[in-house]
Amino acid sequence: MASMRDIRRRIRVVKNIQQITNAMKMVAAARLRRAQDRAETARPYADKMFFMLESLSRAAQQVEHPLLEVRPEERIAVVVIGAERGLAGSYNANIMRRTTELLKGRDPEAVKLITFGRKATTFFRRRPYEIVMSSSLPATNIQFAEVRAAAAKVRELFEAREVDAVYLVYAKFINAAVQRPTALKLLPIAPPKAEEEAGPAEYIFEPGPDELLGRLLPKYVDTQVFRSAVEAVASEHGARMTAMTSATNNAGEVIDSLTLSYNKARQAAITKELLEIVSGAEALR
Amino acid sequence: MPEKTFTLEIVTPDRVVMSDDQAVSLVAPGVSGYLGVLANHAPLMTELGIGEITVRRASGEEIHLAETQGFMEVSGNKVTILAESAEKAEEIDVERARAALKRAEDRLARTHEDEVDFARAETAMKRALNRLRVAERGH
Repeated sequence: MASMRDIRRRIRVVKNIQQITNAMKMVAAARLRRAQDRAETARPYADKMFFMLESLSRAAQQVEHPLLEVRPEERIAVVVIGAERGLAGSYNANIMRRTTELLKGRDPEAVKLITFGRKATTFFRRRPYEIVMSSSLPATNIQFAEVRAAAAKVRELFEAREVDAVYLVYAKFINAAVQRPTALKLLPIAPPKAEEEAGPAEYIFEPGPDELLGRLLPKYVDTQVFRSAVEAVASEHGARMTAMTSATNNAGEVIDSLTLSYNKARQAAITKELLEIVSGAEALR
Repeated sequence: MPEKTFTLEIVTPDRVVMSDDQAVSLVAPGVSGYLGVLANHAPLMTELGIGEITVRRASGEEIHLAETQGFMEVSGNKVTILAESAEKAEEIDVERARAALKRAEDRLARTHEDEVDFARAETAMKRALNRLRVAERGH
């Protein structure tokens, strides 16, 4: 049986860990709420953008744009949105798994990666894929401008025909406890289906619809990347909060069982001492 | 007779800048010149450059905003502006705009050879100047 001193030391260690996980849980919870607000405020822009794109592609007759060009998928680029830090349960592992799945069976030479977050970058650095760009992903208050560089990069690659398709892997935010690793096709853009019930009215386009569409499409790509990044940040905090909650609970259980062993050990020691005293007295008689 | 009003929404990726259903007139910086919108305007979709948005409300109040590169859609007595950035005159960070202007000027003075940098510095300068000009309107 472990000595009382050993057990006491272990209890102290576990308590320290519990304090840390509990603090991380609180921080994640606060940040999650902010990140959710952030995702909420980013939504109207993305929705309206989609709506405009829809009206436009309905109006433009000859929709031709480099970003819409469908080519046989020989070389691809993948944007991976991971986290800056670990200790978020299986968050990073799930993203990496989803990405690896997507890349399975592909020639590593024909894959270019754009990574967000240190975890994603270090994971793929040890693998045979080329990382053309890697950025950090701030855990709080992410700005449009920070994401745009990466979006511009993938547009460039696609337009220069260096890649034939671009995918985006990120954790879709379902709710605080559930995040779903998702791969979506970013390029070529699948233009929203032009439903034949013409819009509420005929628009005046200034400049013409084709040109306007050409200006809107790149922005649409930027917006999609931004929205995913914002959602991924919310997912990260959600995952971390869940992980840290269960870590705190587990630490509590460990402390309980250690305390029990400690008390048992203490009792045993007392009993032993009593026995010694009693038998000592007995022997003197 | 009360003035006819329309609904106006100005949205950026970061937030909804304004959402107002008491707008009477709007002047926005289209790419090929400023254009005005009144209630019941014909459906329109256009690109906006860098410039000032002026909104007049039914109360007579005028709101000035600095706007950067966006799109405007008018349909069904509703105007939606999607902009990369938009700030009301009183929200503009004048210090920051001044610093940005200074940076852009320095860069313009240095880079004659690189066309991309030049264009970028030029837009940065336009943005900064626009912000400063609009900020002045707020006072």
